[in-house]
Amino acid sequence: MKIHKYDTVIVGAGGAGMRAAIEATKRSRTAVLTKLYPTRSHTGAAQGGMAAALANVEEDNWEWHTFDTIKGGDYLVDQDAAEILAKEAIDAVLDLEKMGLPFNRTPNGTIDQRRFGGHSRNHGEAPVRRSCYAADRTGHMILQTLYQNCVKEGVEFFNEFYVLDQLITEVDGVKKSAGVVAYELATGEIHVFQAKSVIYASGGTGKFFKVTSNAHTLTGDGQAACYRRGLPLEDMEFFQFHPTGIWRMGILLTEGARGEGGILRNKDGERFMEKYAPVMKDLASRDVVSRSIYTEIREGRGCGPEGDHVYLDLTHLPPEQLDAKLPDITEFARTYLGIEPYTDPIPIQPTAHYAMGGIPTNVQGEVLLDNTTVVPGLYAAGEVACVSVHGANRLGTNSLLDINVFGKRSGIAAAEYSASNDYVDLPEDPASLVEAQVERLREATGNERVADIRRELQETMDANVMVFRTEQTIKTAVEKIGELRARYLNVSIQDKGRRFNTDLLEAIELGNLLDLAEVMAVSALARKESRGGHYREDYPNRDDVNFMRHTMAYREVGDDGSESIRLDYKPVVQTRYQPMERKY
Amino acid sequence: MATPVLDKAEAESSASPYITVTFRIRRFNPEVSEDAVWEDFAIEIDPKERVLDGLHKIKWDVDGTLTFRRSCAHGICGSDAMRINGKNRLACKTLIKDLNPEKPITVEPIKGLTVLKDLIVDMEPFFQAYRDVMPFLVTKGNEPTRERLQSAEDRERFDDTTKCILCAACTSSCPVFWNDGQYFGPAAIVNAHRFIFDSRDEAGEQRLEILNDKDGVWRCRTTFNCTDACPRGIEVTKAIQEVKRALITRRF
Repeated sequence: MKIHKYDTVIVGAGGAGMRAAIEATKRSRTAVLTKLYPTRSHTGAAQGGMAAALANVEEDNWEWHTFDTIKGGDYLVDQDAAEILAKEAIDAVLDLEKMGLPFNRTPNGTIDQRRFGGHSRNHGEAPVRRSCYAADRTGHMILQTLYQNCVKEGVEFFNEFYVLDQLITEVDGVKKSAGVVAYELATGEIHVFQAKSVIYASGGTGKFFKVTSNAHTLTGDGQAACYRRGLPLEDMEFFQFHPTGIWRMGILLTEGARGEGGILRNKDGERFMEKYAPVMKDLASRDVVSRSIYTEIREGRGCGPEGDHVYLDLTHLPPEQLDAKLPDITEFARTYLGIEPYTDPIPIQPTAHYAMGGIPTNVQGEVLLDNTTVVPGLYAAGEVACVSVHGANRLGTNSLLDINVFGKRSGIAAAEYSASNDYVDLPEDPASLVEAQVERLREATGNERVADIRRELQETMDANVMVFRTEQTIKTAVEKIGELRARYLNVSIQDKGRRFNTDLLEAIELGNLLDLAEVMAVSALARKESRGGHYREDYPNRDDVNFMRHTMAYREVGDDGSESIRLDYKPVVQTRYQPMERKY
Repeated sequence: MATPVLDKAEAESSASPYITVTFRIRRFNPEVSEDAVWEDFAIEIDPKERVLDGLHKIKWDVDGTLTFRRSCAHGICGSDAMRINGKNRLACKTLIKDLNPEKPITVEPIKGLTVLKDLIVDMEPFFQAYRDVMPFLVTKGNEPTRERLQSAEDRERFDDTTKCILCAACTSSCPVFWNDGQYFGPAAIVNAHRFIFDSRDEAGEQRLEILNDKDGVWRCRTTFNCTDACPRGIEVTKAIQEVKRALITRRF
């Protein structure tokens, strides 16, 4: 075991982690621990753009953006946070441009903007061009630009270091962050990083679904590490299903395709979104479009021999426009489906895409211990966190925005905290939990396989807690997850070595997914209403009287060692927008 | 009713899409042996699946010790460049049906970088070459309050080289790099090109001097392996030629 000391430690090197690192490195001695090489993060898979009311191509202002974000989130958004997001969006985009990001340009040389789902002029009147973009690889360009600037600033990376535990020490009755414990993939060595402040920026949890746009590595490691140490997880029942994933594979096809004029059609060729969202049509918010697609499929208007998908039609758009604005996604259709999007529609289905919930933070990125108390020295930003700016459903282009605005804020806040506070003592034997976990898995001789349990988990999640949920389906999922958790104790791995043991890491990741899937299902079971991405067929309406509140899930361990989930609730911050019925 | 699940539909369709394919994989684990060996795995797979899906089937159902890097699985993250049937490609962007699955599919680590275990190589020399070309925007004077202006034509000038995902498929396909690891390699030059030809940047001269080095662009022998290998379709050799021309004319 090695012990390292840094002022600030950042967990994860995607957009939020590197944006934080650029700020933190200027102000404090900073280390970035990342399980992947920095440019491998799934931020790079984001396509369509980053919202900001620059008003470069038509009238727009950040107040409209704030409203759209709150309405898009079905009023579960904390409105003070949404206001910050929309207001600071403008500088966040300009910062990236100054760092070198090659945005597409207007004829007069300013940053070009395009339409995106749920973004409107004047509180829902009509779609507005708010998304700043670089072809259909905006996430790729953000990731590259941030890494380039990390190179420029001399950010110190620990690549392929996998953080497995969050250390918390109680000082005078206050729980404070003391550092993290990491596993070095190359050698199998365990490292303790003592740090004055820690920022989690480790991304989402999408791999507990089968059809997902998420990378194999998105296994909720940061959420799980904090949750196991008694910290709450907020709004985990809210998961976004992106309407246009490649049929069966789940690979993302950007909403920008519809922003450029693409149309969804059922087997009769009908533009069915006109029925569900007369004003915004194909550019309604993602939860609305995904439900509409599955309604078409369930009512027998799906495409193909099994009637299990619909079409994204781009054939009426000029090939030059597709080449210039959507080169990557048209190539995905050619590579993975053998389809030419110039002439043929693309089969799509909703794909598990984004966790609205996560580690609760305030607007400075400080992690919450309960509804109001912060954990001094602990921060989170990006998809791992829940500020909450996305509420019950995130708008497209608001995640690239979130990582930049709150990555920067948490980087500055954590480094300032490091500058004015001392190290907290490490707990006694700080690596013990991780050492025990790793040794147990290495020596286990049980007869269960990681791949089998993961497959069954993904299947039950797709079948039971996806776009449509009922009490019955969620209970089925909870029961199945419980059974899988029990079987997980009996899991064994084949690779017993220390060098690049990815077999071991996949086993650990599965443990994280199981914990988080259970939190998600239990949170969903208790929310007896429909709101944003959480749709209950047995409770099809939003219930502001009983459920205008954030779910806070805590892990409880009984005296006999038994584990359970305790649910609590936190009020939503409302400033100027009263909840209204949501129509697009 | 729950959301429709696709597997049911799959099970109902009549003819099985699966065929038997042999993966011949270069294995190396210094914890076990100093020598690398070929190992064959025969698996059932739908030919429309990716080579990466095949590797996962082996790792998950047959041999958990098989080790490789991967993340996004659709050609964006750059983790899984490997030598497949003798050619550098991304395992997640190569479909089985495009490889003649009648014969064994050979999978080896990319060349010119030290193999650490199975298909995993040491990427550090590759990233060091990248860092050495100053891969970031350099500007002088006061920052404007709004964005810097750039015409659509000026933006288009370096569009191709902004697509790079740093997967190392190009660099590790280059015979010059195989023979001399000191050569910057195509990927580093591509990333220098991305800034040299960016109208906003003011450090083009410095980058050109870095690439004028004995291990710089002049080592390129225009074999086009890099262009063939690039999974993003970047015209790598053309970019290197443009940097060479800029060094001669000092115009960019």
